[in-house]
Amino acid sequence: MLEVISDTTLVTLGVALVLAFIRLVKGPTLPDRIVAMDLFGMLVVGLIVVLAGSTGVRAMLDAAIVIALIGFLGTVAYATYVERGDPQ
Amino acid sequence: MTDILTATVWLVGSAFALLAAAGVLRMPDVFTRMQASTKASTLGLGCLLIGAALQLGDFGSLIRAASIGAFVLLTTPVAGHVIARASYFADVPLWKGTVLDERRADSAREH
Repeated sequence: MLEVISDTTLVTLGVALVLAFIRLVKGPTLPDRIVAMDLFGMLVVGLIVVLAGSTGVRAMLDAAIVIALIGFLGTVAYATYVERGDPQ
Repeated sequence: MTDILTATVWLVGSAFALLAAAGVLRMPDVFTRMQASTKASTLGLGCLLIGAALQLGDFGSLIRAASIGAFVLLTTPVAGHVIARASYFADVPLWKGTVLDERRADSAREH
């Protein structure tokens, strides 16, 4: 029963990734794309966490920690770039 | 019992993640999009983490899940604030239905 639930969760997260990707392609400004990338990182962390829970591979949680960290640093770096340069 | 709890929490979490993505796709400008993404995705990821910790069920996984949760709770508001501040000062257009822009109203009063 839990396999069905975890598959449903993974598919829902995949649909959410597709929606975030549409926003990433459409823009229209650079900050919109940064918001979409930030959400992308969060959704990937969620995917990895669900996979770790359903397969029982505990090492995946460490990967999730690293991706959360890198996503935050990337967002802050992009925002600094936007604040200094041209947003278009 | 653990399976039922995990299933509930995972379904709720993925629903919140889907809501966050729908908000990012459908909201009218950067600031409302950022609002939808940061709040709903924090809540969704928290639910998914609780489910994984329940399912794995040992102390190490609990500590790791809790540390991811604490890190996300601390950094998401900071990231959202930084994006909003940068896009405001880069003159990204507000939604045309915006009611109040306090900073612009203040600087117009001074001049």
